[in-house]
Amino acid sequence: MSDVNAALREPWSDLRRQREGVTVGIWLFIVSEVLFFGTLFLGYGVYRSLYPEAFRIAGAQTEVFYGSVNLLLLLTSSAAMTIAVDASRQEMRRITIICLALTILLGAGFLLCKGLEYRDDIAKGLLPGAYFPLRPPQTQLFWAFYWVMTSVHAIHLATGLVVVGVLASLLWRHTLPIQTPAIQGVATYWHFVDTVWIIIFPLLYLVGRS
Amino acid sequence: MTDVAIAGVPRPGLPPSAGEGREGASYLSAGHTLLSWLTTTDHKRIAILYAVSITIFFFIGGIAIALLRLELVVPHGLFLTSEAYNRLFSLHGIIMVWFFLVPSIPGTMGNFLLPLMIGARDVAFPRLNLLSWYLYVFAAAFAVYALVSGGVDTGWTFYTPFSTNYATGYVIAAAAGVFVSGFSSIATGVNFIATAHMLRAPGMTWFRLPLFVWAMYTVSMVMVLATPVLAMSLLLIIAERAFGLPIFDSARGGDPILFQHLFWFYSHPAVYIMILPAMGVVSEVIPCFARKTIFGYAFMVYALITIAVIGFMVWGHHMFVAGQSPVANLVFSFLSFIVAVPSAIKVFNWTATLHRGSITFEAPMIYALGFVGLFTIGGLTGLFVASVPIDIHATDTYFVIAHFHFIMVGGTVSAYMAGLHFWWPKVTGRMYSEPWARFAAITTFLGFNATFLPQFVMGWIGMPRRYHYYPDIFQPWHVMSSVGALILAVGYILPLVYFGWSLIFGRRAPANPWNATGLEWQTSSPPPKENFHRIPHVDAEPYAYYESGQTSPADGRPSFQPQGRTA
Repeated sequence: MSDVNAALREPWSDLRRQREGVTVGIWLFIVSEVLFFGTLFLGYGVYRSLYPEAFRIAGAQTEVFYGSVNLLLLLTSSAAMTIAVDASRQEMRRITIICLALTILLGAGFLLCKGLEYRDDIAKGLLPGAYFPLRPPQTQLFWAFYWVMTSVHAIHLATGLVVVGVLASLLWRHTLPIQTPAIQGVATYWHFVDTVWIIIFPLLYLVGRS
Repeated sequence: MTDVAIAGVPRPGLPPSAGEGREGASYLSAGHTLLSWLTTTDHKRIAILYAVSITIFFFIGGIAIALLRLELVVPHGLFLTSEAYNRLFSLHGIIMVWFFLVPSIPGTMGNFLLPLMIGARDVAFPRLNLLSWYLYVFAAAFAVYALVSGGVDTGWTFYTPFSTNYATGYVIAAAAGVFVSGFSSIATGVNFIATAHMLRAPGMTWFRLPLFVWAMYTVSMVMVLATPVLAMSLLLIIAERAFGLPIFDSARGGDPILFQHLFWFYSHPAVYIMILPAMGVVSEVIPCFARKTIFGYAFMVYALITIAVIGFMVWGHHMFVAGQSPVANLVFSFLSFIVAVPSAIKVFNWTATLHRGSITFEAPMIYALGFVGLFTIGGLTGLFVASVPIDIHATDTYFVIAHFHFIMVGGTVSAYMAGLHFWWPKVTGRMYSEPWARFAAITTFLGFNATFLPQFVMGWIGMPRRYHYYPDIFQPWHVMSSVGALILAVGYILPLVYFGWSLIFGRRAPANPWNATGLEWQTSSPPPKENFHRIPHVDAEPYAYYESGQTSPADGRPSFQPQGRTA
């Protein structure tokens, strides 16, 4: 089991304990992230309760097609990630790496889709400012939150892509053993980013269409 | 617990340098190149990286306020434009809060001592620990460069709409620096919580942890939960200023007060990020120099937790005059009074620890006793400003300035200095000059009071904060305050000299110069790279100090028992 020992790092005494440690660490980080996004959701909630009509008008302008495709892409990528984690536990190296690659592919698809959506939004002039096409002015608040929420989420997703990419290449080149605890941590982060989209999706794409 | 064998009882027969002379070099000799320091993952070396960098930022922030105090000696200014004046107090606030106070005790003593105190070889994620320092130092250096070269005149609070629409200077750069340094806080917090949960030595149960470890644990909780809210608030300001997204713009329905809520949701708990570690340090120092076990250990723990939790529910007391509803004011006022209860428990318990103790006045103890007194004044005046009617009178006056400086400087910086002296022999392996240190400690205490007591008075009679020019009647108070600041400056510069001296000429420190309890004193000074040659086994309560004449209940067993695993 020299492979196991290669995954063990200071200051841990055994791999099981180290795995628990990684889990504790990543969940604490996610707690922090929840408050990070939670601040945005709180601001959105305050303004929507103040200006429900403006939020309805503004929300109807989002591209629900792109939003839905992206939801589908991310949920599928999370499924692939789950398989990768289970495969790594059972030391099925090939399946692990294939599923990580699939996750990257789906995540990149999300960003591509997001880019197309941004192009359409900008073409419709939906950047808040003097020439904003919608009235009343509070519609600009909705779109301000649209841009912040989606871009902060996209940055998280892009970070996730890099991390998964690095992990997959380290596994591919045998630098990391296949049972490394890191994979569970990365997966938890990925699922979190996915979950954030599940919250953003109704707030931005469904609220204006009720 | 009848069968109490004590960890770390200082026994007279024990040679003071029990840890020395064994195999394994100290962490300081594990590498001498600059690169070996910049790529280290050793928590002890990272602590020193933090110590060096926060000291630099402390003196930059200190120079800024020294210039201001000089300027304020006369009512209509000596040498600064009003714009420069605004930029200097913003620079002072931003640097001192985020680049000195927040990382001060956790980054230095927390990093150095947490693994030692719980009997671990390192923190849970050593590389994350190094990353947190890099995030901190680059973010802070970037922000300080922005503050010095371009300047920011918003104050440390970045209030909207001033910061988003009207302020000149490098607001975006400064906010971005603070934003990134927040991730350093979060990384430290995550690391410390995981360390406290996962890496305690065998037998080190939760209620055997030194209170400093509890303080690090609770402060980490606050860091992890509060910092992201600040991060998002600053990000929203950047979005509004840089991209015109009208989040807080009232012309388009945005609410500037929402920013204040978000900001204080972080920045009030941030006060506890500063004071909880200080309480931890003092709880280590006072029992050692009173030669008594801490009074009410369990309540000290509960008080830390209660302060951390209730600290999240009092932010509205910064906004009594911002147009909050009277009901909200009442609730926030009430909760602010509640948070005084656990704080008072701590003060009473420190006092009870001193009661009938064999007190000696080494420098760490002088700083720690100073902490207790100054923290009490800061806390009690906190109750003044937590009462709505009095706060309406005192809002934005020097009374508030004096109040929070009693907590942050009189409290946190005193405790930081106490800890620095207390653990200096452990960290460096050298003894500092005790007479000079006592002199500096007393100078600091006197200088501090001379600086800030007049500010209570002039605030109460109406001197507003952040004003460059002021009516002549306030001049005597400003002069007193500035003279105090001069004395305080001497008190802060002296340690640089005698600590620097001790590094080269200081007497070599034994493993346990204070006869203190706690695992960090059971290893050599300075500790070996792996902290302990063998992981200790803990089988007793902390703070087992006994007055002379009284025998310890330890039946001659060694204070910790080396067990199986070696380095």
